[in-house]
Amino acid sequence: MVNRQVVGAHYGLKDWIVQRATAVIMLVYTAALILFLLAMPSGYEGWKLLFGQTWVKVLTQTTLIALFLHAWVGIRDLWMDYIKPVGVRLTMHTLTAVWLVSCFIYSLKVVWGL
Amino acid sequence: MQKQRPKHLDLSKIRLPVPGIVSILHRISGVALFFSLPLLIYLLSGSLSSADAFDSYRAVVAHPLVKLILIGLLWGFLHHAAAGIRFLLLDIHKGLELQTARATAKMVLAVSLSLTAIIGGILW
Repeated sequence: MVNRQVVGAHYGLKDWIVQRATAVIMLVYTAALILFLLAMPSGYEGWKLLFGQTWVKVLTQTTLIALFLHAWVGIRDLWMDYIKPVGVRLTMHTLTAVWLVSCFIYSLKVVWGL
Repeated sequence: MQKQRPKHLDLSKIRLPVPGIVSILHRISGVALFFSLPLLIYLLSGSLSSADAFDSYRAVVAHPLVKLILIGLLWGFLHHAAAGIRFLLLDIHKGLELQTARATAKMVLAVSLSLTAIIGGILW
């Protein structure tokens, strides 16, 4: 095993994998959605019917969660790259988490029509 | 003995190669999409609203300024997705050779821009 130094942080492999896995999930969802859009009758009715299906809602919500995790890793990397003062960086991390959790709550409302 | 090497950290002097341009645009488009998340979820909500609300939603989306923003976001999404596919392939060591990497970087730029023009043109 590689001699790993204790640096008080994770090494980031898990995040790296999460970012790739969620990317693949979103690509598959997008491809499926495009196929449906091309195949189904165009217009409001077909679109509403599609998103009325429980399994479409489930897959949409799952993909949105993948999106939020993906955005979390990406934006967190951004702060780690550019923001050096620890206090400012932790504040940006926190604001990013608040933003993404809020988006998640909003997406619950929209997808499930709560 | 330390050689005095020129350090080109002056952003205006750095000439990014094409893969570098694709990379920084991937980052910029990702940030734009991140800040647009509420708008994008709102768009989904509007498209699924009742027939009456749908009409007012259509009026909002039909505004030229909104359309321009949406086409900008469409490019952001397409570039981020196309560059993302390229990065996934690089991760599994496909297309690492310099010539191939340059060619695929150019492909990403061309595909995302032309798809934006085509889809944007159809939807306008």
